[in-house]
Amino acid sequence: MEQVTNAEWEPRIIAFLCNWCSYAGADLAGVSRYQYPPSIRIVRVPCSGRVSANMILDALRAGADGVLVSGCHPGDCHYISGNLYARRRFALLERLLEFVGVEPGRISFSWVSASEGEQFAKVVEEVTERVKRLGPARRLVKEISSCPS
Amino acid sequence: MSIVNQKIGGEIQTIASSLLESGEVAAFLGYTKGSLPGMMRPYVARDSGEAGNLSWSSFCVINLANYLPALLRSVEPPRRPNEPPPEGQLPKVGVVATGCWSRNMVVQVQENQIDRSRVVIVGVSSRGMVDRRKVERLVGNREITAIEEEDNVLIVRGKGFEETINRWDAVRDNCKTCLHPDPVIYDELAGGLSGDRQIPDRFHEVEEIEALSVDERWKWFQEEISSCLRCYACRNVCPLCYCPTCFVDDSRPQWVGKSTDEVDTALFHILRAYHCAGRCTDCGSCESACPMGIRMRLFTKKLQKDVIELYGFEPGLEADAPLPLSTYKVDDPEDFIITAGKKGDQK
Repeated sequence: MEQVTNAEWEPRIIAFLCNWCSYAGADLAGVSRYQYPPSIRIVRVPCSGRVSANMILDALRAGADGVLVSGCHPGDCHYISGNLYARRRFALLERLLEFVGVEPGRISFSWVSASEGEQFAKVVEEVTERVKRLGPARRLVKEISSCPS
Repeated sequence: MSIVNQKIGGEIQTIASSLLESGEVAAFLGYTKGSLPGMMRPYVARDSGEAGNLSWSSFCVINLANYLPALLRSVEPPRRPNEPPPEGQLPKVGVVATGCWSRNMVVQVQENQIDRSRVVIVGVSSRGMVDRRKVERLVGNREITAIEEEDNVLIVRGKGFEETINRWDAVRDNCKTCLHPDPVIYDELAGGLSGDRQIPDRFHEVEEIEALSVDERWKWFQEEISSCLRCYACRNVCPLCYCPTCFVDDSRPQWVGKSTDEVDTALFHILRAYHCAGRCTDCGSCESACPMGIRMRLFTKKLQKDVIELYGFEPGLEADAPLPLSTYKVDDPEDFIITAGKKGDQK
């Protein structure tokens, strides 16, 4: 595994964005020409409540340096309460992952509405900064080593 | 011979026998003696004669709630998969339940896994079950050929030795931190109730780990699960794990690899514990069933602590309250949410 220095290293962050708010917020950030780090890979999901722990851990296993889940602000969910259920799940998942020694900051959660293009850019900046401070993910990344001969 | 256990065992036999005799229940789920010292085996009595095989001791470590849904299905008249159940009352099943088992049964009722009206619960106040591994350690890991249980001591015999150990020294960690040894729901009682216990530091095991640094916690976690064989005994023995297809068996998408790769093992343990969040009653079956002695109960214990801290909920105590992850409050704590400079930023 090559060692990379933090200066030129750009993390790969998987962002699960809800279709109704955060994805539209990301879109608005684009059309409004707000600059943000090119570190995120967006996966559009119907609702932040759709994002299960499996999906977050799968992203880490596949080598993501960080995971961001973003949905509508509480009270604004397109499905009324999906993000409120999600909030409970994420709170417990984040605490459990920290308990077993996954660095705090690997997974992040935020609320971004469809009108908050600038806010989206700021969230991505902050998340990227957090992950950059941690460096490349090592824990929970499954590396396929070549078979011993 | 332990007088307490003898009394409880005798009462279980009497109750089971009369329930089966009168035809009120079609089967009675309890414990019988296992074939090895310090082992008890879940047992289903189907007539009053078989009720005589039921027994009770400090080695009833496996949660009987785990077998209830399948046992209830097994006494129903046979029918095709999509055929509705026949009219009228379906046959009932009797079951022995200690504090934690009965709380699991409450959760099973809440999750529509069992029908309370079809279960006759015989409550037993638990005195704490004994960890076989602790007994082995206390006698220096010598081979044990017989364990005789008195009320407060265990007499352990093996080739060329006989040792008397304090029963409480060998009681499982989860039983030592249990607040509610009495059954929450029951129809009959075997033996008396003992009342709730007061334990000031019931989460001390979790707090010790929380006090470590992130890197130390990761090291601890890796060491703890390093011996895991992925036999899934902890999952199979858990009364909460009833999904028709478990996430570990999914192949499209494959959430967890089938190998004993350390990342796959870590993901298995994280997700298994996470799926028990807000539902686990800390019955300790997973640890007791583990052939490698992994203390995976600490992961669920951590979640139990967080659920109490964040949502003030303990599973199984209130039959009417919704489970914490199937409900929400508008003002749930959200200090972990990134706000990127907006007001209310707490990170």
